[in-house]
Amino acid sequence: MKPVVHYSAIEGRSLAFWGLLGTFGLFLLLGLGAVWVMEHNGHYVTGMNNHIVWGLPHVFAVFMIIAASGILNVASIASVFGKKMYKPLSRLSALMAIAFLAGGLMVLMLDLGRPDRLVIAATYLNPKSVFAWNILLYPGFFGAVAVYIWFMMEKRMNQYSHQIGLFAFVWRLLLTTGTGSIFGFVVARNGYDAAVLAPMFIIMSFGFGLAIYLLSLMATCRWTGRELGDNVVRQLKNLLGVFIAAMFYFVFVFHLTSLYGTENHGFENFILMDGGLFSQLFWIGWVAIGLVLPLAIVYHPGMSKSRAWIGIACAMVIAGGLASMYVIIIGGQAFPMSIFPGFDVSSSFGDGQVASYAPSIWELGLGIGGIALALAMTTFAIKVLPFIPNSLSDELMDPHYKAADPEEISGDSEATA
Amino acid sequence: MSEQKIDQYRRDFFTKAGATAATGAIAPGVMLMQVGQAQARPLDQAISNKNRWGLLVDSNKCADGCSDCVKACESENAWGSGSSDEQKSDASQKAQWIRTVTLKNKLTGSEHQLPMMCQHCEEPPCVDVCPTGASFKRADGIVLVDKHICIGCRYCMMACPYKARSFIHEELTDQSPDVPRGKGTVESCTLCVHKIDRGDGSTACADACTHQAILFGDLNDPSSAISVEMKKHATTQIRADLNLNTGVRYRGI
Amino acid sequence: MADSIGPELKINRANGDNCVLPADEMRKDHMNHLLHQRDDTMYDGIRTEKFSLKECINCHANKDEANKYIPVNAPGEFCQSCHAYTSVKLDCFECHATKPRDTAFHPIVSDKMKAVADVHELPKTKSMLDTLADKVGAK
Repeated sequence: MKPVVHYSAIEGRSLAFWGLLGTFGLFLLLGLGAVWVMEHNGHYVTGMNNHIVWGLPHVFAVFMIIAASGILNVASIASVFGKKMYKPLSRLSALMAIAFLAGGLMVLMLDLGRPDRLVIAATYLNPKSVFAWNILLYPGFFGAVAVYIWFMMEKRMNQYSHQIGLFAFVWRLLLTTGTGSIFGFVVARNGYDAAVLAPMFIIMSFGFGLAIYLLSLMATCRWTGRELGDNVVRQLKNLLGVFIAAMFYFVFVFHLTSLYGTENHGFENFILMDGGLFSQLFWIGWVAIGLVLPLAIVYHPGMSKSRAWIGIACAMVIAGGLASMYVIIIGGQAFPMSIFPGFDVSSSFGDGQVASYAPSIWELGLGIGGIALALAMTTFAIKVLPFIPNSLSDELMDPHYKAADPEEISGDSEATA
Repeated sequence: MSEQKIDQYRRDFFTKAGATAATGAIAPGVMLMQVGQAQARPLDQAISNKNRWGLLVDSNKCADGCSDCVKACESENAWGSGSSDEQKSDASQKAQWIRTVTLKNKLTGSEHQLPMMCQHCEEPPCVDVCPTGASFKRADGIVLVDKHICIGCRYCMMACPYKARSFIHEELTDQSPDVPRGKGTVESCTLCVHKIDRGDGSTACADACTHQAILFGDLNDPSSAISVEMKKHATTQIRADLNLNTGVRYRGI
Repeated sequence: MADSIGPELKINRANGDNCVLPADEMRKDHMNHLLHQRDDTMYDGIRTEKFSLKECINCHANKDEANKYIPVNAPGEFCQSCHAYTSVKLDCFECHATKPRDTAFHPIVSDKMKAVADVHELPKTKSMLDTLADKVGAK
């Protein structure tokens, strides 16, 4: 008889649990306090100005929104692509997708100059604006994923999981394309005017999302004493490796194609060589920590078997992701626009100069507050509803799986998925 | 009897002389008041796309180091040195509606300057990206921010190829009654819409330019001074490659 | 009856005893009129004076002992006294000026020029000089 996966709410009664939830709550409150300071005094308290109009909050927000859509990937692999092993992982995936989107949106909406006018943003919609499309895409995502969770949890609705999973999958592709287009449609700036930004954001969503998911899954199972099979971890780790490689490809292609045009040399030089902090963040943060090192860990014969190292690899992808967002969003604004090609320009408004940006504690507080919201929502939800399977042991997940022969050292096993 | 006639003659003479002198004194004033006048639009009549307001800036006439247009705009619209506000914002956070840009030829090293402000494009990127429609283009071509519905997201600032827009980073209390400005909203050059609407016929910068480098007028009127000038001489748009069909045109870039 | 409800308003009667509409109508509907007017002004350039916020302030702003205008959203002043009573936050003055323009002697323009314009029945087009004359207060 096929083994059945059971789900249950986690116990959530230990001091550690309440401590964790309390910590997330504290950072959320600090974030809201930071928002009060920014809103009450005006944005002069932040490091943002008329040249760098989107700063650290947007780095966090865009990262979380992209990651949210990628986190849903795990569930999509089960419902849309029929990989049965991923089915028990789906509920947590859908939950965290909602949580991270909520966190990202919170940061975005609270950074507005007039957050009290949010209702206007929902009622006056400019059909040509990507932001306006997002106002429809984001709630749609919440709705679709909420229904998805319902269908997964309610036995008689299980049969429709595939349809709603497909719907949610397509929706989140639109959403991530929309998020990438926010930047891709900005023709004015060298660093943005590129169609490849949209698919690049999709691939980045895959990578960031899976890294966050895998790290959270390993932590949750470890801290609730629920078994997580090695094969499950191995498969997710390998998938992460594929996504990292794909991200690497896109970064490579983006810069290579950009470098081909002489008009882009100024900007490429800025990011790749002369940009000071931006170049450091690019090479060390984005490429080394975010791509090369985690890739090495994932495919290293020894390290890839250690959960600790896998966790570190996930954390590195996340850190690299934040660095990549900083380089794209802030680097793209810092580099001066070429308003008068062929001339060296100067003015009292920063024309021709690289703009400087020093994030304030308030912006960091808001960004972290968003992450805290996402994690708090997840932590709370898994206590009240059955999101986590009782066991994710290898036997349960895949009865046909046989443990790799200890004499086989090679990383790729022939076991069926 | 002859005395009465002489008195009468004297009265007539002085009246006529006085009238002539007065007319002579007044006439130039009348001329001045009527020169460059659009037909006065009644206050309750809507604007229409019959007009398209624009500026012609001649960089050749813009004198190096001069910033009269900037000062006039500051004074008219109560920003920068024209207001006691924005004391807490740092230099990069303070609003700037118009600025002089110095261009140095990379090959020859020669420099010239020109004023730059919102270009009032026909196809404004800022209008395309605004989620609430607060950034909009009036029928007569003036691009404005409706601060009643601006949520301060700054997407328009990202999208503007001319960096024409500014965000208000702190509370303001010293606004001009004609020019509302407020914390948390975005603003830019309004082409002195409050002056245009009441029929002043020009912008503060154009009025103030002592070198006649800035000319305001109706681009839709072939007989307006600006249209005549643009037919006579070659003019360009800044970033013409973007195909935005700006309302502000330049000579001598 | 409506007059007996609400706080005592500090009304500047220097410009006449009547608002553009009766008091209880204004009390109930001023936002409707202002909201309608603002769209007309923003999108159609219609700047009629009846429901112009600027004109409200020109009329209703009070002066202090030093003959300086007091902001209309200061405690106890015209807008604020009702809004504090009803606990409705004023949003207008985040952007709109709270005081009329301070009158000042302008070297180009004086009352005399306005008088000359009237006597000679010059066309009532509004030039910059006319506008400056208005600002000086030679109404």
